[in-house]
Amino acid sequence: MNPTPSLHASRLALQKIGIPVCLGFLILGAWQAFVVVMELPPYLVPSPILMMQTLVTDWHPLLLALWVTVKITLLSFALAIVVGVSISFVFVQSALLERALFPYAVLLQVTPIVSIAPLIIIWVKDTNLSMVLCASLVALFPIISNTTLGLKSVEPNLYSYFLLNRASRWQILMRLRIPSALPYFMGGLRISSGLALIGAVVAEFVAGTGGQGSGLAYQILQAGFQLKIPRMFAALLLISLTGVMLFAVMAWLSRWALGDWHESEVQAE
Amino acid sequence: MSSLSYSTPAVEVLSANKTYANGYQALLPVNLSIQEGEFVTLLGPSGCGKSTLLKMVAGLLEPSDGRILLWRKPVADLQASGKTMSFVFQSPTLMPWADVATNVRLPLDLMGTPPSVAKDRVMEALELVGLEQFASALPRALSGGMQMRVSIARGLVTQPDLLLMDEPFGALDEITRHRLDADLLSLWAKKKLTVIFVTHSIHEAVFLSNRVVMMAARPGHIIQEHTIDEPYPRTQEFMVRTEFMRHAQVLQKSLEHASESLS
Repeated sequence: MNPTPSLHASRLALQKIGIPVCLGFLILGAWQAFVVVMELPPYLVPSPILMMQTLVTDWHPLLLALWVTVKITLLSFALAIVVGVSISFVFVQSALLERALFPYAVLLQVTPIVSIAPLIIIWVKDTNLSMVLCASLVALFPIISNTTLGLKSVEPNLYSYFLLNRASRWQILMRLRIPSALPYFMGGLRISSGLALIGAVVAEFVAGTGGQGSGLAYQILQAGFQLKIPRMFAALLLISLTGVMLFAVMAWLSRWALGDWHESEVQAE
Repeated sequence: MSSLSYSTPAVEVLSANKTYANGYQALLPVNLSIQEGEFVTLLGPSGCGKSTLLKMVAGLLEPSDGRILLWRKPVADLQASGKTMSFVFQSPTLMPWADVATNVRLPLDLMGTPPSVAKDRVMEALELVGLEQFASALPRALSGGMQMRVSIARGLVTQPDLLLMDEPFGALDEITRHRLDADLLSLWAKKKLTVIFVTHSIHEAVFLSNRVVMMAARPGHIIQEHTIDEPYPRTQEFMVRTEFMRHAQVLQKSLEHASESLS
């Protein structure tokens, strides 16, 4: 083992993590100082310390709410993947169906979920299911568009090679189209995971205004009504952390799947 | 009843031509007969239809008119006649996500060859191109020349009777190209292959072939067939001999003639 490159790598890693963390502490310090010096009341802007205290004292309802939101996010993300990938497979097998259906996929994407959510919540009796449906609708489009693009982005000569060897449609799908689509699919996952969380929060807001719900967004609504602003901030922090975690998991998954061979993930030598 | 030919024609192109739907004439009617075991090179400038002709022989393109026979049967019936064909592209055309052995095994997998048989064949093909230590490497870890050798190993793994090569070494540097040319010749001699090789390099054509088919552009057609009646094995030393130069000059002249008639 040559010590120089690993030393260089660890210094890079330190910079990559250390610098943003330092900046974070700097901002939190400034925020704390600002609140103390300006004597801002907690119902307007709570200090970071108060926010952390609330997180500790109210941990039980907040953690329950976090679990609900995470559950809805993951379920809707999974649903979006299954439905999105299936639609992409259909699109790739039949150009006619793609031409017929793609405009409606776009329509679904451009219609704000806030405007459809109340309808879904009225139509679907089970609140959790209705929220999962809403969030899936938000997360669906990037999966469809990226996976379809990927399944079509097959190297033409490699495709000819498969045809020359009399590969069946199934063999071409399994051995050529799916691996070729993987980098695009991974890109779609990254976008969609974040969208699933946004969709879940929006759906909870809509359901929450109707008095139903128990997720983090509902906690924010309730805290707002009761002017428990520190709790609102604590819930907000948990939502952001969930988003960061999702992103990190997706980044790891992408590196795991593509790290060896795809340009986007191969470490520069 | 009397047949004068001393061996079977492996490939017969019978006034096959290609006009695309937009009216572009890629190839005028072409007649060509290639004997089993022959090394034939299609030589000519870009746009002369040499790749089009090769792709028609492979069955990747349908001729607009005329016929192509492989071992006296239509291209689509090749499998029924118990013969196999391989195609090597200008670029290595490997699957970047799969290691070298998996890439080489691809045509066997597509044919449904049992894994135990396939494994031996893959190692044999990799040994032929001298890459047996790289079986588990990914293509991106290899140089351009090595990737091309993987592509050739994939072409040989099915033990083809007919090998079609579309400017396979065009993108490589001079030294690598010479080495692969020499490797190809020894493989051809060892395996008794029938080869159709496409290139725009006169030197490569003379070095490799039994026969050079000279083509010209706009629209693509055959202008001359030239036999390289020099013995094998041919080595680098052959390339500095007077006979080599004489063949090269003949081809050079006819290529110039073809270009003049255009302008």
